[in-house]
Amino acid sequence: MSRYIVIRILQAFLALIGITVLVFILVRASGDPTHLIITPTSTPEEIANLKKQLGLDKSYPEQFVVFITGLARGEFGDSIIKRKPAAEMIKEALPNTIKLGLPAFFIAMALALALGVLAAAKRDSIYDAGVKLVAVLGQALPGFWVAIMAMLLFSVRLRLLPVAGYGTLKHYVLPVGTMVFFLLPGMMRLVRSSMLDVLDAEYIKLARIKGLSETKIIWKHALRNALIGPLTTAGMIFASLITGAVITEIIFNWPGMGRLLVEAVAARDFPVVQAITMLVAAMVLGMNIIVDIAYAFVDPQIRYQKS
Amino acid sequence: MMRVQIEKRKAVAQPQKLNPPRRIQLLKNLTFYLPLLILTLLVFTAIFADLLAPHDPVAVSMPDRLLPPAFMKGGTPKYLLGTDQLGRDILSRMIYGSRISLSVSLAVIAITASIGTVMGIVAGYLGGATEALLMRITDISMAFPPMLLALLLAVVFGPGFWTVVLALSILGWAPYARLIRGETLKLRNADFVAQARINGASSLRIMVKHIFPNIVNSLIVVITMAVGMLILAEAALSFLGVGVPPPAPSWGYMVNEGRSVIDRAWWISTFPGIVIGLVVLSGNFLGDWIRDKLDPRLRQL
Amino acid sequence: MIKKQTKKVLEVEGLRTSFFTRKGEVKAVDGISFFVREGETLGLVGESGCGKTVTGLSLLRLLPEPAGRILGGKIYLDGINLLALSKKEMRAVRGKMISMILQDPMTSLNPVYTVGEQIAEPVRQHQGLRGENAREAVIAALRLLHIPSPELRLRDYPFQLSGGMRQRVVGAIAMSCNPRLLIADEPTTALDATIQAQYLALFKEVQKKTNVAIIFITHDFGVVARMCHRVAVMYAGKIVETAPTEVIFKQPRHPYTKALINSVPRLDRKVERLYSIEGQPPSLMNLPPGCRFCPRCPEAKEICREQEPAEKQVGPEHSVFCWQVS
Repeated sequence: MSRYIVIRILQAFLALIGITVLVFILVRASGDPTHLIITPTSTPEEIANLKKQLGLDKSYPEQFVVFITGLARGEFGDSIIKRKPAAEMIKEALPNTIKLGLPAFFIAMALALALGVLAAAKRDSIYDAGVKLVAVLGQALPGFWVAIMAMLLFSVRLRLLPVAGYGTLKHYVLPVGTMVFFLLPGMMRLVRSSMLDVLDAEYIKLARIKGLSETKIIWKHALRNALIGPLTTAGMIFASLITGAVITEIIFNWPGMGRLLVEAVAARDFPVVQAITMLVAAMVLGMNIIVDIAYAFVDPQIRYQKS
Repeated sequence: MMRVQIEKRKAVAQPQKLNPPRRIQLLKNLTFYLPLLILTLLVFTAIFADLLAPHDPVAVSMPDRLLPPAFMKGGTPKYLLGTDQLGRDILSRMIYGSRISLSVSLAVIAITASIGTVMGIVAGYLGGATEALLMRITDISMAFPPMLLALLLAVVFGPGFWTVVLALSILGWAPYARLIRGETLKLRNADFVAQARINGASSLRIMVKHIFPNIVNSLIVVITMAVGMLILAEAALSFLGVGVPPPAPSWGYMVNEGRSVIDRAWWISTFPGIVIGLVVLSGNFLGDWIRDKLDPRLRQL
Repeated sequence: MIKKQTKKVLEVEGLRTSFFTRKGEVKAVDGISFFVREGETLGLVGESGCGKTVTGLSLLRLLPEPAGRILGGKIYLDGINLLALSKKEMRAVRGKMISMILQDPMTSLNPVYTVGEQIAEPVRQHQGLRGENAREAVIAALRLLHIPSPELRLRDYPFQLSGGMRQRVVGAIAMSCNPRLLIADEPTTALDATIQAQYLALFKEVQKKTNVAIIFITHDFGVVARMCHRVAVMYAGKIVETAPTEVIFKQPRHPYTKALINSVPRLDRKVERLYSIEGQPPSLMNLPPGCRFCPRCPEAKEICREQEPAEKQVGPEHSVFCWQVS
């Protein structure tokens, strides 16, 4: 078991190095960022100075060494536009995204679990139809549009909630709601179909033969088996909450990582893009390992095989 | 904890009435013909956009800016669905927008389906190290956040038609590869494949002549299921400003443009969003229908 | 082999179970009556799809919802009509009074819980035992089924056990609360021949120790000969013949029973060729008006096509549904 985890961590580390190289090359391939800062009146000396300041006068291998040693020290370089460390900008934005993403994630997962299980347990009932309808609409309607429509209704027309921005509890309602709308339908559908598969299994029949209550059968016997598939998806959703928040943060002008990323992309502020990419990649890889460990808890077969 | 009970009927039940099928059948047909109609209309609109659009989709007309739809007070029949901040006709922009949605989706499908099919068949049929390597790449591709990649590519190449296609294709082949590999694995040991091998057919010939024709059904199912998702993804990218760049009228971008004047001109964001929803819904319904007809085993997708 | 003088544990009268599908009503079990005594094994025999398993599930009132329904009849367990019980009361019967062993041991145990936990569940549920007491009951159940070193086995997960051992665990679950009636639905079909013989012998022993009544669902007359005291032969949702085991082998009266028995290869009899039954069983959605076996019956007459045959007593505990038997 522990050997298995060590191997997974090593693999993840290798993948991270790969992504680092890839990001480095991609960002350099995007062209010279000095064009974005210089003005038509800039003299060649000023441009050369700027390049020196940004470390762009060095050769690519040298730049890579600087890049890597910086990463090791937790430095991602300075933002070209704002002229401050990218790490600092992330430090400001990340808590805001977490405050948005965590509640959304847990609300969405809890709802997906409860509704998915309910729909499967009461298959073909009115609940099931409702869940299916929500899933169908949720997977077809563009989330950004639904968010704008919600804004139009609750903020512009009914004046119940603030249009956008950050601060009070009321500011959370629409952005969190939007994120839940993004995360819920797919997960709910997955839980439902996974649950339906398991409820057809012979061991569920045997549990009924034993005289166990439906509550026990569903929440003890079925759910634990049905969770194995959705667990990976939940892990992946969690790992990509930062990019998942992009649209929501843009619409509601939320000062988080997503907005930072889009602004950095628009301005070609590559140290910032680079830093965010590395962070997201690390989160995805880390989450992969956590999901693998969680698997072992849910499924004893994995626990025993890998030891 | 939630109490869930499955059975609610008496043990000895009265015989059930057996006449609901008619209504269900009607509903079933409706979920096929209506989506088909909408998608046909979409293709038709995209092809004949020049003839159908009442106005030039990019023609700016400042005097006509922010006009409401014709059915509202202040609207004019000249602009059926109103105009945007630059006085451009919403309806015409939406008609031309169908071209972008459709062409991006078709390009992405052509690329991803081809790559995914080849990867899947090769991995599934050859097995061994080839399979391990290809499937590892597939796993990584499926774990990478697509939004991040699209934004990265937009930085590198700048926004544009091919950037969008690339952004959606570079990870999009992975689900095809995984599915096709699974199907190939089932076929690899089939008797007719063994027979072909005994007859001395080369691996390439077996993959092309014997395996591929047998996975076409699954492929069609996955492709139709992908249409809606791609249209949605394209809209999201152009909403973020990394799609086909303006002034080209992309639906997602139109929704974004309306955002700043949502308090004064709700129609700019609303109509393109409704069309996206309708098209994606139709695509998904049609996909489900085709799946049920061709390959009900794929219900998990 | 007839068990006399013992109490009837189960009496079924006119049980009718149907499945309501989109295409129509499937009469899976269409008015069958039978009984089982204490310490007795009744073989329920027939081709697949004849309603054997549905009968078993009906006794537990565990038909797949909402399609399957019990439409009529009575099921008496120790004189109590199970069809009159509330859902909660019925749950107290399942696992405690009536148990069932399913066909495939590889899929009938929950992969994520230990063997001990899965046997302990009915013990806790029905006997209210906790902790050490529950553990002892679990070990006793494992011992009853001759599972070696039960103290260790109860910590195993199903995937760590062989198929034969898993089926013993399923047996231990079924016997853990000392039920009055055990329904065994082809419990040995998925096992190897040698393991199968062991398992059957094991169940004879378990029955001697516990005096449990067993309904043994099977399509295999070899298993019937080895296990059962009496046999009920089912065809297309009906019981066509009931008789003590040795009688059914020596003097089968119903043409279908005769055909079935003649289709079994036997060492003690030289036959020219194995008998096979022409045609297919009728669709349970669209049954012929008369005797169900009539379209395939070599002895069919006019009346067979028109009217359903009534029960005829032809010997002690031997009854047949056939117009041609007098």
